[in-house]
Amino acid sequence: MNNTNKQRSFNSTKLKHFVIFIALVLLSILFLSPIFIVLLNSFKGKFFISETPFLFPNKETYVGIANYVNGIRKVEFIKAFGYSVFITVFSVGTIILFTSMTGWYITRVKTKFTSILYYLFVFSMIVPFQMVMFTMSKTANMLHLDNPFGIILIYLGFGAGLSVFMFSGFVKSIPIDVEEAASIDGCNPLQTYFLIVFPMLKPTAVTVAILNAMWIWNDYLLPNLVIGTEYKTIPIALQKLKDAYGSVDMGARMALLVLSIVPIIIFYLICQKHIIKGVAAGAVKG
Amino acid sequence: MEKNLKKYFAIFALPTLIAFLIAFLIPFILGIVLSFTEFTTVTDAKFVGLDNYVKAFADREFLNALWFTVKYTVVAVITINLFAFTMATLLTRKIKGTNLFRTVFFMPNLIGGIVLGYIWQLIINGVLINFGVTITYSAKYGFWGLIILMNWQLIGYMMIIYIAGIQSIPEELVEAAKIDGASKINTLRHVTIPLVMPAITICLFLTLSNSFKLFDQNLALTAGGPSNKTSMLALDIFNTFYGRPGYEGAGQAKAVVFFILVGIIAFTQLVLTRRKEVES
Repeated sequence: MNNTNKQRSFNSTKLKHFVIFIALVLLSILFLSPIFIVLLNSFKGKFFISETPFLFPNKETYVGIANYVNGIRKVEFIKAFGYSVFITVFSVGTIILFTSMTGWYITRVKTKFTSILYYLFVFSMIVPFQMVMFTMSKTANMLHLDNPFGIILIYLGFGAGLSVFMFSGFVKSIPIDVEEAASIDGCNPLQTYFLIVFPMLKPTAVTVAILNAMWIWNDYLLPNLVIGTEYKTIPIALQKLKDAYGSVDMGARMALLVLSIVPIIIFYLICQKHIIKGVAAGAVKG
Repeated sequence: MEKNLKKYFAIFALPTLIAFLIAFLIPFILGIVLSFTEFTTVTDAKFVGLDNYVKAFADREFLNALWFTVKYTVVAVITINLFAFTMATLLTRKIKGTNLFRTVFFMPNLIGGIVLGYIWQLIINGVLINFGVTITYSAKYGFWGLIILMNWQLIGYMMIIYIAGIQSIPEELVEAAKIDGASKINTLRHVTIPLVMPAITICLFLTLSNSFKLFDQNLALTAGGPSNKTSMLALDIFNTFYGRPGYEGAGQAKAVVFFILVGIIAFTQLVLTRRKEVES
């Protein structure tokens, strides 16, 4: 009796799990379908896209890679891709290097000044971009930071809040003894930092890198205001596909959407473990 | 060591500090100052007292944007968190392929706002064309379009945080509740939810500030159409600065108001989390 009961409850959980599994499969399909629909439409002639976006391309509507060729040419997409990669890679690199040093410095050197700095960094995290949008882009203009190199400095300043906060949070949790031993052994602070401290900061550095990379790669407004007229990153290029009258080549737009999504998905599939962990860690601390 | 390190200020802290001053601190202070002046560039400011704030609050579009943002935020926060929490409870059972599901649900979060906006514009317009209209036909369509879009983007993200919260609950507790004869709903209410409260707080505030500050998605999906009825605060501030000559001061005043509202949200969160930490 007892046994059959167990058996029955086992079967009912199994059935329940099966139902949930099917529900999750359907939900996954639902989640992926928007991207799939864009992909389908990127192979259709531009006049068919708005009319029948949910149909597969057929003999009449299929245009091969014409939209891709067209879109890439129209907004100089290769260039935009290059700017996006350049700005993201070097900004993230710069942010990691300098904010980790600053995070360590203001945690280990205890003065009024460093604690004020710390609170300023934390404060900057809650200020919305619109608050400084106008004045920041004017300042960048005046200081001639309106080029792909100058914007790296802007990103360092803007990314500093969260990044310094996360690094100094981690430094607080590691014992100071090792660093003191190194300094007694004759290491100067630079050696201590790069040989002892930075290797320990690695997990936080990965998180900070991922959070900043996601933000900078997708950022639209800041680069548009600072360098947008001359140097167009991918989001700016997508937005500029609209012509002066507001009309859009839908074919080119679909192709460019696909081209913008594919690198992200590849990057995600390669390091999804780090990304998911990093984003979760960042959320908890931010 | 501290004394020794102090001398290295120029190497360790100065580069970040200079960038921080240029990109954030100076523009922030200038922004506050300029909100009390009339200007077209930063250098020709004239003090006008509270005029800009009066102008900002007399602006129908600003009030409309504020109301739209509040409505949108309430609906977005509730829907996103309900879906995310439900999906997290499904994914923390021992079901095959949970990792794959997690990967799929999280993915939209990595796609940028402009791209997301255009993806959903295509889909929503594709549905609406059957009724002979587009998304900018009525503010209702734009509103629900934004809600769907942000659900798609943020559910996976919040779900990850909820999963981490649920998994940190000791299994014995759930088992004990079961042995004591608690029903599923009671277990959820009296065991699971209190224990994942920190995760819930994080998710509520993440979605809250994310929804409140939304810009890229708003710009790409409707660009505020029809006639700015679906402009949220951030977009309205942008339009005031760059689309209405002579309104720069009012734009900056709106930005200060926006900053204060976001600040209140962040401060509330800080107080709430602090209190929770003290309690536990």
